[in-house]
Order: sequence, then structure tokens, then C-alpha cells
Amino acid sequence: MTTAAENPAPARRRRRAGRSARGRAEVRLGWLLAGPAFLIMLSVTAYPIAQAIFDSLFSFRLTAPGDREFVGVGNYLTIFTDPVFWQSLGVTVLVTVVTVAVELVLGFGLALVMHRALKALRGMLRTAILVPYGIITVVSAFAWYYMFDINSGFINVWFDWVPGIGADLDWFAQFPTAITVIMASEIWKTTPFIALLLLAGLAQVPDELLEAARVDGATWRQQMARVTIPNMKAAIMVAVLFRALDAFRIFDNVFIMTNGSAGTEVLSMLAYKTSISRLEIGMGSAISVVLFACVLLICWIAIRFFKVDLASGTDAKPTGGKK
Amino acid sequence: MATGKRLSGRQRLGWTVLTLLVLGYALFPVASILATSFKTQAALGQRAFLPTNWTWDNYAMLFTGDARDLFLPALRNSIGITLIATFIAVVLATLCAYAIARLDFPGKKVILGSALAVSIFPVISVVTPLFNVWRGIGLYDTWPGLIIPYLSLTLPISIWTLSAFFRQIPWELEQAALVDGATQWQAFRRAIVPLAAPGVFTTAILAFFIAWNDFVYGISLTSTEAARPVPAALAFFTGASQFQEPTGAISAAAIVVTIPVVVLVLLFQRRIVSGLTQGAVKG
Repeated sequence: MTTAAENPAPARRRRRAGRSARGRAEVRLGWLLAGPAFLIMLSVTAYPIAQAIFDSLFSFRLTAPGDREFVGVGNYLTIFTDPVFWQSLGVTVLVTVVTVAVELVLGFGLALVMHRALKALRGMLRTAILVPYGIITVVSAFAWYYMFDINSGFINVWFDWVPGIGADLDWFAQFPTAITVIMASEIWKTTPFIALLLLAGLAQVPDELLEAARVDGATWRQQMARVTIPNMKAAIMVAVLFRALDAFRIFDNVFIMTNGSAGTEVLSMLAYKTSISRLEIGMGSAISVVLFACVLLICWIAIRFFKVDLASGTDAKPTGGKK
Repeated sequence: MATGKRLSGRQRLGWTVLTLLVLGYALFPVASILATSFKTQAALGQRAFLPTNWTWDNYAMLFTGDARDLFLPALRNSIGITLIATFIAVVLATLCAYAIARLDFPGKKVILGSALAVSIFPVISVVTPLFNVWRGIGLYDTWPGLIIPYLSLTLPISIWTLSAFFRQIPWELEQAALVDGATQWQAFRRAIVPLAAPGVFTTAILAFFIAWNDFVYGISLTSTEAARPVPAALAFFTGASQFQEPTGAISAAAIVVTIPVVVLVLLFQRRIVSGLTQGAVKG
């Protein structure tokens, strides 16, 4: 579906007359409305981003500011030959893939429950589901940490009948258990984000289409696959993309629970420790730029994979042509 | 859908189980840390879910005890800074998303692309250069010094979410209203605002939580109780040595900073429930 079909009159006019006086007024209005948000975003990030890229080309420690030296891509070469980097990249990718996959399934389930619940239940369910999302990540991390904590947590007591779990199991001493609790906290806290966006998408699915599918004898599964999910593709896309990008930068949970020990160090943690703790600004900036590049790659893959052009609006109504 | 029909016994049981599952999922970790916040120092070692002797000691420490001067100003800062940042972000993002969804002008893709780039750039690498600039121009350790970076956190997702929302709105309704003799403003007010409002409110919630949740900016761009928000204060709190074992005190602080979340969730919830699922699309 094209823009012309959504908004036929102005598009036709534009095509006939090029950028008419009216078209120029539209451009002005467009930038007038969008400009302030655009300017603020850029002013707070453009300079720091440029600075980070610039800094990444230097060997520069705050502890020895006089020894600042241009090293070109030297920092990047160091990073790419360091197993610590590849280890933290692996952990970050693992966390991203697992949490987003689990959250999409769980979030869609939650969205369906909220969408189809009786009015009396809806408010309660949505309020409950907003609590984990609203909670500060640091607080969530502490909540999960104390549950599993070897000294004061009750999980080891409750589940000591499960093989492998006992009073003396220290969840944060080895990688598999530590990363499990970290991901559990991450999933618990951010699934509502996906659920809310999917719920909004569900609400936009036209009832008449579902009604028509039902009249035609479509099963629940068919209604989901043919009507509901195609109609909320934009919402799914936004939810998954933003969660994946967010999960890739996981920091707070790891910081609180293990501080990167037991092999749980993620990329943000590595960047933080390098630039903030060790004050190696050059190297830390380089890691941050690599992190940014990874995130851009995810973005590119997502947009290619979903074949959604978010700026043109063609994704909004995939079934529009049938109307 | 079950709305308006009587439920069979099986459906009733099914919904009861589903509801309990969702509530358990959402609230159990909160209940856990809530219970911990009422434990005495001795009870922590018993590794039970509920405290044996309930005590307010942990809360007393926050409001009248050692942690008072650290905690109360932080709570005030967090609420003020977060609400202002959310309001500004939602207003600006609504204008921006409307332009992107409705108007034809060059630069749309640049704006969406920049929003994405801004939202995905690691905060940690932005914060060091910002730290230097803010100190240079006097924004360090002030409310605006946090509100402005919070806008960079909340604007991108607000713009993207609202753009997606606005594109799914059947704008033909506006044309139809115009054909029916409504003025431009009436058409916008009657046909479009009811459809757009749910998206705007959902976005406001998301923006609020993002700003409220921030940790890296809060800890890096403030130094005193003049602007330090709760998550940063919580980090200082955990490091304070006067608590021999900070578990109880951290839990209490965690519960206190969760109360505004619950209150605001309840306030926004009403508006969302009234609008989100019963948009005029169906009408």
C-alpha cells in the first residue's frame, strides 16, 4: 500500500505540480513540528558521540593526561585480539537472544490475556503487569539477588528437592546459574514492555476482520496467523527491535548481581570498567564504538529481515490492499 | 470474546488460573523484597520468605535515621526531574510523530534514523564527554542537567512508538468528518484525538519509566542531593559503611521508590483502560 492510497488528494496534487507552494508549506510545517525533538536529540548526543569516536583513536588515560598519544585504530586492534572482548561479546549475544526470544513469547501471551480478559480483570492485570516494568532495574536486580542469595535467599530452601540445588549452592559463583538469574531478572522486568506494545498492536486489529474470519470458520490458530499477527506487524517490529537493542546494552543487572564475575561480564560492563573504573578513556571509547557498531548491525538485520521501511508507512496496513 | 456473555464454569476457572498466574508473575519478586524489608537483622539468616518478627526498623533508618539526608532529597529529585522530562518528551514527540506520519517532507528518514541512533548509543560512552561539557556550562548537578539527557533517552522511543501508532490510525476518518461539514479543528478533535490519545498515554508511561529507571546519567552527572536521583542514591546507600549488612535497608529503600511507580501506574492505568482497547476504530 502506498502513501497515495492512504492520503490520495495531496499525493496526486504533488505528482502533478512538483513541489508546489502548498508542498513547500507542508515541508515547513513538517520541520516546524519535528524540528524541536530532532534538535534536542542531536545536541545531547551528536557532540558526545563524535567525541567518543575521536577519543577512541587515542591512547589516553585520565590518570596520565600528559601521555595522550594518537594511535589510529590501535585500540580497535587491541580489542579484536583480546579474548576478554570476544568472551563478553558472546555473553552479550547470548543474553540478547535468550531474553528477547523468551520475552516475545511471554509478552504475546500476556498481551493476549490482557486483551481478552473481562473488563473487571483488565485493569487489575494491566496494573500488575506495569509494576515490573516501572520498577527500577537496580531494584529488580536486588529483588532477584536476595531471592537467590546464599546467605539470606529462600530459593535454595524451597527448591532443595531439585537435583543440583541445595543449601550450599551459590548461584553467583559459576556462569550457568549466575547468567540464569541475571536473565530471569532482565526477562521479568522487561517482558511488560513487549506485552504493552503488543497489546497496543492487538487493540488496533480491526474487529470486523476477526469477525469475518470467524464467520468463515477459521480456527483460533488461523485467526492468529492470518489476521491478528499480520495486522500488528508494526507493533511487533517496534517491540522486538527496541528490546533487542536494549538487551544488548544490559548493564544494571550484571553490575548489581555479579559485577562481571563468574564470566558474566557483558560489553557495557567491559566499557564501563575500562573507561570509568580504570579511566582508560581511549580504550573505553573504542569499546563503546564497537558496542555501537554491533547495535547498528542488529538494527540493520532487523529492518532487512522484517523488510519494514519505518519512515514510509508502508508497513502500517499490510491488509489494506484488500479493502 | 467473553465480554458481555456469561462465563461457563470452565471458563471461569480458566480465567481465575490465568489471572493468578499473571499476578504471581508480576508481583512475586516485589512481594519477596517487600517481605525482606520487614526482616530484622537476625531473621535474614533464616532464609525464609516471610519475616518471623515484622519490624519497621529498616524504614525508620530511611526517614528518621542515618540514611535520611541521602534518601529524601533523592526522592524529591527523582519525582521532579522524571515528571518534567516525561512531559516535555511526550509533547515534542507527539508533534514530531504527527509530522512523520501525516506530512510529506524531506528528512523524515533522517529524523527516524537519528532517533534510533540516539536511542541505541551506549549511555556509558555518551556520559563522559557530557560530564565535561556540563561542568563547563554549569549544568552539572542541576535538574536541567539531568532533564536534558533524559530527553535523549525518552524522545527516541516516544517518536518511534507514536509514529507506529499514528500510522495505524485511519486518517480517512478526518477526511470523512470534513466531508460531513466539520471544520478542520473539529475533524481533528472528534475523529483523530480519540484515536491518538491511547498511543500518547502509553508513550507517556514508557517515557516515565525510562527516565525513572536511569542509573548511569544519575550517578555520573550529579554529586550532591541538589539533583541526585533515587537509583544513584541507592547505589551510594549500598556502599554506606554504617550498615553492617545493607540487605534490609536496601530492600526498604527499594520498596519506597516503588510506591511512586505503583501510584503513577494506577493514575495512568485508568486513562489507558478507558481509551486503549475501545478506540473509535470499531465505531
